[in-house]
Amino acid sequence: MLRAARDVISRRGAGLASIWRYILAGLGLAALLVGILTVVYLTAPHSAPGPDTSRSKKTASGLFVASFEPERGVIRQGELQSWLLTLKTSAGAPVEGAAITVSGGMPQHNHGLPTSPQATDYMGAGRYRIDGVKFTMSGWWQLRFAISAAAGSDSVVFNILL
Amino acid sequence: MKRLLRLASLSALVALALLGGCDEPEFSDAEKNTIASLALNTLPALKADTTNQYADVPAAAALGSTLFFDVGMSRGGTVSCSTCHKIDRQFQDDLPRAVGVGHTNRRTMPLAGVARDPWFFWDGRRDSLWAQALTPLENPLEQAGNRAAFAHYIKERFGERYERIFGPLPDLSTVPANASPLGTEAEKAAWNAMPARQAEDVNRVFANIGKAIAAFERSIEPGQTRFDRFAIDLATGTKPQGDAAFSPEEILGLKLFIGKANCVTCHNGPRFTDNSFHNTGVPPVKDLPPDRGRVDAVAQVQADPFNCFGKFRDGDESACRELRFMVKDGQQLVRAYKTPSLRGAATRAPYMHAGQFSTLDEVVAHYSKAAPSVEGVSEIHPLELSDRERAALVAFLKTLSE
Repeated sequence: MLRAARDVISRRGAGLASIWRYILAGLGLAALLVGILTVVYLTAPHSAPGPDTSRSKKTASGLFVASFEPERGVIRQGELQSWLLTLKTSAGAPVEGAAITVSGGMPQHNHGLPTSPQATDYMGAGRYRIDGVKFTMSGWWQLRFAISAAAGSDSVVFNILL
Repeated sequence: MKRLLRLASLSALVALALLGGCDEPEFSDAEKNTIASLALNTLPALKADTTNQYADVPAAAALGSTLFFDVGMSRGGTVSCSTCHKIDRQFQDDLPRAVGVGHTNRRTMPLAGVARDPWFFWDGRRDSLWAQALTPLENPLEQAGNRAAFAHYIKERFGERYERIFGPLPDLSTVPANASPLGTEAEKAAWNAMPARQAEDVNRVFANIGKAIAAFERSIEPGQTRFDRFAIDLATGTKPQGDAAFSPEEILGLKLFIGKANCVTCHNGPRFTDNSFHNTGVPPVKDLPPDRGRVDAVAQVQADPFNCFGKFRDGDESACRELRFMVKDGQQLVRAYKTPSLRGAATRAPYMHAGQFSTLDEVVAHYSKAAPSVEGVSEIHPLELSDRERAALVAFLKTLSE
């Protein structure tokens, strides 16, 4: 490489046309830019589009609107927590007397939930306490609710990213 | 043209050299957060155990410690809790499988931080520390005793101490010398012949033995390691000094642990465990009876009269949510075993629930290869780690023992 540098200097000394010097410098700068961009591209974290993590959505057949929130507002990894599932009709009326079963797991880890959450209490206004929820690790979790009420049966899946 | 290329490559090299010289941070912010979450200073204070009203009573812990080391607490007077849970060996025994009165099929678990576990044994077949402590006492391969004999022994040897903590002992004058619902045929017959009230009296003394031992075990907590000193310095932006400084190999190992190797998925939090059960394809030991892990333990913990729903629990049932919301069936329980803490693991070979691997290199090689499980479905995927990466992971794990 030192030889290359000497070459450049000696060529300059030999009266290399100044336009060539600019072209050389331009090429060098271009190479520098490509190098930097490559390094940045290779080291930058790639954010792939994740699953839909909305906490409120229509159930699969559109029978209900379901919202799912931790009862105390925050998710604490590794702790048994209670969540609230709120069920409304599409007209916005609370859904009462629903039978709810809960399942789920981690789609990328071949396993289900580490606990069996249950709908334990009806809190009024279409709100059901889902107790026994525990997320033992970070990653993509899914909770599925099968809901059966006077209006019919439907299901909904919530994605939770930790 | 050749000259141009030469100049361009020279420029590119200069550019790379400049970049390389940049003071690039060793860890990203996300990595730093994960590392901080593993440090011992994030371990919360030990929660009260409302199911054991004696859990934090010093006299109960003192009696528990006496009982823990007392070989009198076994048939034949040769085995105590400390036979396998050796105080100078992280409360484990360095054997592939524990040896009490007989040879068991499972590796002795260390006890640091045990009071923080929601489930006990490798398969979680008990749901409280005090219910756990009772189990080896009557296991014919461990202490091989029976609860009637233990009640008599406590009265005879430690009656005064017991009564100062738990109140008056019941009248044991008509209780058979040996009786238990789990014992030999003769012991079972003797147990079944006892009036219900008397059986309950004996069960209560037996439960209190467990509660005393648990009170003692609550004092066994993990200690600070080189990793913790490194992690605290990293979190506070201090340059780690002395033994808190990690070698490039240890840093690579830590990066793999929390990154590409996915170890931190299950080995998370300051105890390096998610307190859950997983099938990771660990092979069975030849010639041992079939071992299906968590799937068999679920029925056992439900049937245990000393479980959280049982009458020997103190406090109210709100403490029983782990048992209440336990997963009771499903493929994921087959050959699922508890995620062990990795603190101190490097200095307590052999590894896994039946001592299948004799070195950490073998453990890491297993997780890198991720062979399928003999039964059920392994949750892990092949990692294709290089020799250098596997060695780096082991180097990092050693920082949790220093």
